[in-house]
Amino acid sequence: MSETRKVLVDPLVDNNPITLQILGICSALAVTSSLKNSLLMAIALTAVLAFSNASISAIRNHIPSNIRIIVQMTIIASLVIVVDQIMRAYAYDTAKQLSVFVGLIITNCIVMGRAEAYAMKNGVGMSFMDGIGNGLGYSLLLIVVAFFRELFGSGTLFGFEILKLTKNGGWYEPNGLMLLPPSAFFIIGLIIWAIRTWKPEQVEQPDFKIHEQHALGDR
Amino acid sequence: MEAMLSLFFKAVFVENMALTFFLGMCTFIAISKKISTAIGLGVAVMVVQMITVPANNLILNMFLKENVLLAGVDLRFLGLISYIGVIAAMVQILEMVLDKFFPALYNALGVFLPLITVNCAILGGSLFMVERDYTFSESVVYGVGSGFGWALAIVALAGVREKLKYSDVPAGLQGLGIIFITVGLMSLGFMAFSGIQL
Repeated sequence: MSETRKVLVDPLVDNNPITLQILGICSALAVTSSLKNSLLMAIALTAVLAFSNASISAIRNHIPSNIRIIVQMTIIASLVIVVDQIMRAYAYDTAKQLSVFVGLIITNCIVMGRAEAYAMKNGVGMSFMDGIGNGLGYSLLLIVVAFFRELFGSGTLFGFEILKLTKNGGWYEPNGLMLLPPSAFFIIGLIIWAIRTWKPEQVEQPDFKIHEQHALGDR
Repeated sequence: MEAMLSLFFKAVFVENMALTFFLGMCTFIAISKKISTAIGLGVAVMVVQMITVPANNLILNMFLKENVLLAGVDLRFLGLISYIGVIAAMVQILEMVLDKFFPALYNALGVFLPLITVNCAILGGSLFMVERDYTFSESVVYGVGSGFGWALAIVALAGVREKLKYSDVPAGLQGLGIIFITVGLMSLGFMAFSGIQL
């Protein structure tokens, strides 16, 4: 039980796929300008990740190792097609807004990375859990970023007005920069800073150290 | 001709793959420590993009569109799996061709070629081509342009990072954090191109 819990909870902060493993930042940030889109994207990715991990793990002993990448890719691509079709059937408007980014789940490094690093070596149940855990870690970050971008960029959450806009007679003047791509980079950078201040063991060593004496000499 | 030039400019600067669509971020951040490797990877991405986008355009127009292969059959739902298949096959073929005819280039790019299959910028380019309904010649221009834009962005970031490693960054921002802030600033710079029409 505790092993399952560890696999599920670890990727949330301690081993977050985005802030620590640098995986899967690729496509998904582009959808974080609204909370609803990010939530749907997060669900789609978590589903694909969990099922691809489970199915790759189920046939892991039958995959010849030199063609494993192609086999993994085929499984992932089929799952993404299923998700894409479901989304087009039940949430057509959001699917249109997400445009190419649902398809890009195929090349999301988290999916391949977890298949390669975890599912090829572990049982079906645990791989499924690992998929869910990493999907949640990714979703958490995506939703936090989307929360800030939508709240400060358009004063709404899920489309409901939270901060009253000046154009509707309120007090809040929306910050247009938040809706533009650069803000997503800034927010992720700041989140990484916050997490690493909270968990100092994640801090990376600098490539070069400025010598103590030089630092003192400057003063 | 003018329309093509405008499309090229748009693909390189206004809709830069890395800085406005966040595509290919994993490799963008992982392999931008040195300018020389960044140039190698950038060129490889450009070459693959130049081949795969038009190739996928042909696949779409000759096999997948409605009523093309068989009357009344719409195979577009197979799009994703065929595009990624084409990309994987193209990368493999390119690797073999380079190995046979241009060994010097192969040795320079060798390590990066397999990585490119899972680079989102490549699949992203093909998917944008599908979504925007480019013709064959447009898809060639778009492929070259978007590949070049990505290469430009990664080389620029590598240049910044080579200097950045000597600077005194707060402990928590060290490494990944400061890179994101830097990329954000670069992206802000590229925003200046938005709205420019040739």
